Amino acid sequence: MALSYSDVISKYEPVLGLEVHVELGTESKMFCGCNTVFGAAPNTQTCPVCLGLPGALPVVNGKAIDYTIAIGLALNCSIAPYSRFARKNYFYPDMPKNFQTSQYDEPICVNGYLDVTVDTEDGPKEFRIEIERVHMEEDTGKSLHMGGSTGRIHGADYSLLDYNRAGIPLVEIVTKVVTGTGKYAPEVARAYVSELRDILRGLGVSDVKMEQGSLRCDANVSLRLIGAEKLGTRSETKNVNSLRSVERAVRGEMIRHAELLDKGERVTQETRHFHEDTGLTTPGRSKEQAEDYRYFPEPDLVPVAPSSELVEKIRATLPEKPSVRRKKLQEAWQVPEKEMAAMINADVLDLVEDTVKLGADPTRARGWWLGEIARIANEKAVAASELSINPQDVAEIVALVAQGELTDKLARQVVEGVINGEGRPTEIIEKRGIKVVSDDSALMAAIEKAIAAQPDVAEKVRGGHIPAAGALIGAIMKETKGQADAAKVRELLLKHLGQG
Amino acid sequence: MIKKSASEMASALSAGEITSVELTQAHLDQIANVDGDVHAFLHVDVDGAIAQARAVDEKRKSGEKVAPLAGVPLALKDVLVQKGIPTTCGSKMLEGWRPPYDSTVVTRLKENGIVILGKTNMDEFAMGSSTENSAYGPTHNPWDLSRIPGGSGGGSSAALAAFEAPLAIGTDTGGSIRQPAAVTGTVGVKPTYGGVSRYGLVAFSSSLDQAGPCARTVLDAAYLHEAIGGYDRMDSTSINEPVPAVVAAAKDGNVKGMKIGVIKELQGDGYQPGVLKLFNQSLEILASLGAEIVEVSCKYFDYALAAYYLIAPSECSSNLARFDAMRYGIRVGEGSAEEVMNATRQVGFGREVKRRIILGTYALSSGYYDAYYGSAQKVRTLISRDFENAFTKADVLVSPTAPTTAFKIGEKANDPIAMYLNDIATIPTNLAGIGGMSVPSGLAEEDGLPAGFQIMAPAMKDDRMYKVGSALEAALLTKWGRPILESAPALGAK
Repeated sequence: MALSYSDVISKYEPVLGLEVHVELGTESKMFCGCNTVFGAAPNTQTCPVCLGLPGALPVVNGKAIDYTIAIGLALNCSIAPYSRFARKNYFYPDMPKNFQTSQYDEPICVNGYLDVTVDTEDGPKEFRIEIERVHMEEDTGKSLHMGGSTGRIHGADYSLLDYNRAGIPLVEIVTKVVTGTGKYAPEVARAYVSELRDILRGLGVSDVKMEQGSLRCDANVSLRLIGAEKLGTRSETKNVNSLRSVERAVRGEMIRHAELLDKGERVTQETRHFHEDTGLTTPGRSKEQAEDYRYFPEPDLVPVAPSSELVEKIRATLPEKPSVRRKKLQEAWQVPEKEMAAMINADVLDLVEDTVKLGADPTRARGWWLGEIARIANEKAVAASELSINPQDVAEIVALVAQGELTDKLARQVVEGVINGEGRPTEIIEKRGIKVVSDDSALMAAIEKAIAAQPDVAEKVRGGHIPAAGALIGAIMKETKGQADAAKVRELLLKHLGQG
Repeated sequence: MIKKSASEMASALSAGEITSVELTQAHLDQIANVDGDVHAFLHVDVDGAIAQARAVDEKRKSGEKVAPLAGVPLALKDVLVQKGIPTTCGSKMLEGWRPPYDSTVVTRLKENGIVILGKTNMDEFAMGSSTENSAYGPTHNPWDLSRIPGGSGGGSSAALAAFEAPLAIGTDTGGSIRQPAAVTGTVGVKPTYGGVSRYGLVAFSSSLDQAGPCARTVLDAAYLHEAIGGYDRMDSTSINEPVPAVVAAAKDGNVKGMKIGVIKELQGDGYQPGVLKLFNQSLEILASLGAEIVEVSCKYFDYALAAYYLIAPSECSSNLARFDAMRYGIRVGEGSAEEVMNATRQVGFGREVKRRIILGTYALSSGYYDAYYGSAQKVRTLISRDFENAFTKADVLVSPTAPTTAFKIGEKANDPIAMYLNDIATIPTNLAGIGGMSVPSGLAEEDGLPAGFQIMAPAMKDDRMYKVGSALEAALLTKWGRPILESAPALGAK
């Protein structure tokens, strides 16, 4: 019998470890000058260095170092005055040199922390996530397994290799063991990744698009009996690619582990793949036997030794923390805590802020992004930021409504049109012939017609049963093809029936 | 003309006495004539060489300024990539591969108008001391075709000794430029680590590999050194300083007042008496020229060979991982990627390469790393300190380049340790990253074969080696009355 989550947490304490990989947004790769733009034709962004051709040598991208230092500082880390790259040796076809140039025992940033806030039964609660290290490495190429049904190597007829991604600068951010989250472990994991993402976005070091893989999270989960000292065996769910999935994966793994442990079975130390559709994980590679990567210092690179001047220079350019920024916005917009949390949850805070910057009223802007737009995004199962509507469009629509050029209902049609790719708001208004009917005589004609069609309803309204007016208003709006201002229609109708 | 030095050829070219096309053709003819016996070349780029020569001739004709060695031909060790020209590193693994880019050394040779005749034979991936480990058959020493020309750069040294080219490029990881020079009566220089870019040099052991000039005279080597040396932003380990003034030093050749340190540990047991005798004669000559001879001790040199055979194989086990049949080179077998990788590496690599990959893989394994790779790195530091101390007592250090003259082909092929011992005197400089040069010291009395005199200088003081080398060379030339290679047997059309 499947355990419920409350069964799990009544008996076990979850322990987390989160590893986040971030693709840095540098223009060129980690060790060569190749372009890093996402989505180019396969193998067009390669050179002798990132293809690992015989004789080619790496040269460190200085920008990547600056970015990594900025990340370390934003996460309250110490910056090592001397750090080195190492070679991690293993064979894989999408790894051009059959070793990955990475940092191993001498990372550039160590010992930091990040505070995250989670809504609990007792209100918002802060959790401190300690950071063990932030280090640099290069990404691998991509294998495309063809011919099989699963897209996995198993059962494929052949594989195609794309080395465009090979050598893209990656930063890996590794937490220390996270304990003390109790039943909020899934929410804490999510909040951590979310907060981290906001910090990285604020730093401008990455486009942090989880769905494109520029930010990926590996979630290590283990359970131990409440009160126990010894850590349980962990599983590592790889490449979880949305905030919601992080939360689901952690919760799912906690339940799976608890079921095994309750049956007296053992948790296998292994990697797991998370499946969006089922919310479950399936086994990946076993980690029971520690793999021997034969690390040794990369002899082709000189040590990275950032001067304290450089570190201070970077520190001086750090933007304000997302938590500070959020507090400021909340005060400026006069938004209740709950609404603020809703915006963060729906990942529309930046969009609302940009819309407000373009002159829109904060409440109206929030209303659109959290309402109609979020609804459509949800329907399409994409992030609001991926829709073809942007803050400029929303600001324009808010302005048009404020000027009485659009009703809320008409504005919804415009929003829908923009999202359908029909053009910008003014183009859609033009094309669809959307116009507010504000001419009183035209409205009066529609009102008369509605009353004539439903005399019994009109009689009820006259008799003081105001709610009955709804049926008449509906008919009038239909008559005017929705282009009338509903409030105005109501006002005129009630007046006409002696109730105004 | 082909028996002249590169500098003499350069003078003749600039005086208009000969064209580069004629000079290049003369060398191509010599290659056609003798290389069937010597087998110095793996690939001869006849059309490319003539085209490069013609371009230089035209440039000169139009009055454009050209570099000192413009129009002079050169033989390139097959471990440096040249765009479009087969590069095998002496391995079956890379058979048929034509690199899509030029190494920095090749770029600089081209910028200097130096004509690249072709690619020379070598021990597979530069692992060996005899060129017997080439997948394409051994190179023969022009002094005695039954003997080895040294290694790994035996093709380059043999090409010089057989007058197939007046200049050559070698690479030196543990002596692969200097030991071949010693056993062929030619000059070879391993510059300071970082003095010549490694970009496009197919790596054997990244922290030890260094490309450098090979020639028949010290001055020729100096010209070539200046042509290929200097900072390269494509190589992070390249030194961002001007190339030491080696041509001026070679021309100067004045050792008066210089302190020359003889390393106690690099003589005695294991050294052929005739080789030691020539070494001591050379010291006497240098003393007679006004140098002060002092003895120095480098006690950690006894561990150099062991440290080298941990560090070099460790790095090579990682460097050679990329040869997996996925992107270039040969591909053998079918099935999964892993099966193809296995089959290809089994067939593509020779025995010595496999031996070193296995050694290195073992030395880097967890649980063994500290005892092997870690200890070797410590020895490396101690050897550097030995050198530092020695250089407080002397301006340059000297030793025989190799303990013996050229041995017979096949003689040590089944005894790797005996083969490794041939590099005992050259390895310490690689571990310390300093420069080393080998100049001919004469013919050993036992076998009449050439031996080498090694000169070592502190990092980026390469000019000191050229000063001492050129002084010794000039004195010996006076003593012998003719260049050493004039004593070598004639090759070719019988």
